[in-house]
Amino acid sequence: MTNWSVILGIAKTHLLTKIKSTAVAALGVTFGIGSYITLVCFMTGLNGLLDDLILNQTPHIHIYNEIEPSKEQPISLFDELSESFNIVHSIKPKLSQAKIHNALPIIKYLETNSNVQGALPQIKTQIFYLSGSIELGGNLTGINPMEEVQFNNMGDYIVEGSAEDLKNTENGILLGIGIAKKMALKVGDRVQVSPVNGGVFPLKIVGFYQSGVSDVDARQSYATIKTVQRILGEANNYITDINVKLNDMELALPMSKKIEQQFKLKAVDFKTANAQFDTGTSVRNLITYAVSITLLIVAGFGIYNILNMLIYEKMNDIAILKAIGFSGRDVQLIFMSQAMIIGFVGGVLGLLLGYVLVSIIGTIPFETKSLPSVETYPVQLDPMFFVIGFVFAMVSTFFAGYLPSKKAKIIDPVKIIRGQ
Amino acid sequence: MNTILEARRINKYFRKPVLFHVLKDINFKINKGEFASIIGKSGCGKSTLLYILSTMDTDYEGELYLNNQLITSQNNDYLSHLRNKSIGFVFQFHYLLSEFSVLENVMLPAKKLAEKSIQEIENDAMEKLKILNIEHLALKRASQVSGGEKQRVAIARALINSPSIIMGDEPTGNLDSHNAQNVFNIFKELSETQDLSLLIVTHDEDFANKTDRIIHMEDGGILAD
Repeated sequence: MTNWSVILGIAKTHLLTKIKSTAVAALGVTFGIGSYITLVCFMTGLNGLLDDLILNQTPHIHIYNEIEPSKEQPISLFDELSESFNIVHSIKPKLSQAKIHNALPIIKYLETNSNVQGALPQIKTQIFYLSGSIELGGNLTGINPMEEVQFNNMGDYIVEGSAEDLKNTENGILLGIGIAKKMALKVGDRVQVSPVNGGVFPLKIVGFYQSGVSDVDARQSYATIKTVQRILGEANNYITDINVKLNDMELALPMSKKIEQQFKLKAVDFKTANAQFDTGTSVRNLITYAVSITLLIVAGFGIYNILNMLIYEKMNDIAILKAIGFSGRDVQLIFMSQAMIIGFVGGVLGLLLGYVLVSIIGTIPFETKSLPSVETYPVQLDPMFFVIGFVFAMVSTFFAGYLPSKKAKIIDPVKIIRGQ
Repeated sequence: MNTILEARRINKYFRKPVLFHVLKDINFKINKGEFASIIGKSGCGKSTLLYILSTMDTDYEGELYLNNQLITSQNNDYLSHLRNKSIGFVFQFHYLLSEFSVLENVMLPAKKLAEKSIQEIENDAMEKLKILNIEHLALKRASQVSGGEKQRVAIARALINSPSIIMGDEPTGNLDSHNAQNVFNIFKELSETQDLSLLIVTHDEDFANKTDRIIHMEDGGILAD
């Protein structure tokens, strides 16, 4: 039978009369939890930013026609030599078309899949930007501007002009900002481009594109699919790439395998395309958690230390409580509840402190050329972090209080009373 | 006569630093309403005996009966409950919880026992303080009252659960003669008016001589009763 009101009453009196050490212990927890929340929200915010940087520019599944040698050379089909050892030197890649055969029906088919948010056709081609006698090599990609904005956050990377302008302008081009700088071009100017197979086409600049990667910005431009088809002199079913955006990113790998089999095309999922990025994310997460746990353990030792001291100071009280009929368990509960109260108060204050700090960080301006859409430091306020922080505060104070209170439980009152 | 406390063949050894036979075959009884004192020189084992009788020290041989019930080798929770309900303590150094008020100190054992409502306990505690003439100190902090007053608070606390017996370990040892006389008078009155049993360890001969019964101890044995 435990008389909680008496035990909590004694715990409360102990804590209030030693308000300074109580405050120090609680502040230890507060700073531990507060810095955990700050760190984890800030780090995951940054991680999210870096992930977006990659993911926005990498489709979940990228479908295209790969130029590669045939897997089976004709000699292996010849039965009479099937038992022999054949070596074919100087294999050349097979001549195949760059366009995806039946691209439009494939897109329609993909869009019926419930996991597919959108399947976006693209035409990728090499061109030259002409400025007088200077020819600059580059890439021109034909896109459906509004779909790209909707599914791939293209809008974030258009620094001047807009996707709508691109859509509405006949022979418009969204020029990479690096090219614009090199050639001293402004929005509204005309730029001449020449495809690899010849011809010169003047295009009107409707805006600038900045991905943040300067190598890309110095080469990459966008135009509508129609414009690109006209430049290349191809029919309106000429599509070289399909980018698929999924609802569940994790299904990208199995789906890409299925598409490869079904359509005899190359389909690459974003994880395969960005293997190094995945490693980077997990290492950053690891560092975040290592630092957070260290902070919380330090806070735990603070509580342990202060409770230990408190129990040494309260030896007489422990002896007298035991003499007047409190059991060892009651005494242990008195000190455990002190630890838990410290943990609770410190933890809640820590969550508040963390929230305030994160909110402040979230308003600090953070401008970088490579990320035109970001204006303040990125933070991620996930309620889960607050739950974890609070649970850890309670668990660490439980353990920090357990050992000293265990000692209080087994103290022999006779030794203390006689030792006086 | 009703026997309150009975010790049968109590033996106790100290094992550190060397094996030492502290108590040798102690046998005695305390009856209801009896005011007994144990006297003896320092180191004769009288305090050791008292802590065994108080159930706080369980490392002994022999049998101990409280209200005719065997309490030797009962578990710790039972013994705690027994101390709470049936035994009152008064120590040499008052041993109040210094951060609590006088009233809270007195109420604490009754709150632990939890047989009465807080209101009843408070009334009881005020009544005990009145008996001891210290009701005006009720709301003062225990650390702010004088030595003699502290000892009276400790007695009030010992009385709060109407125990079967009150034990004292040199309750007057730290007091001047005036306060010591005061405490003795309180004990005497409790013994006479409330038929309370008292067992007081002391080395104050004057104090012992005024009690109903004197148990002389020497070298771990009872010399005279």
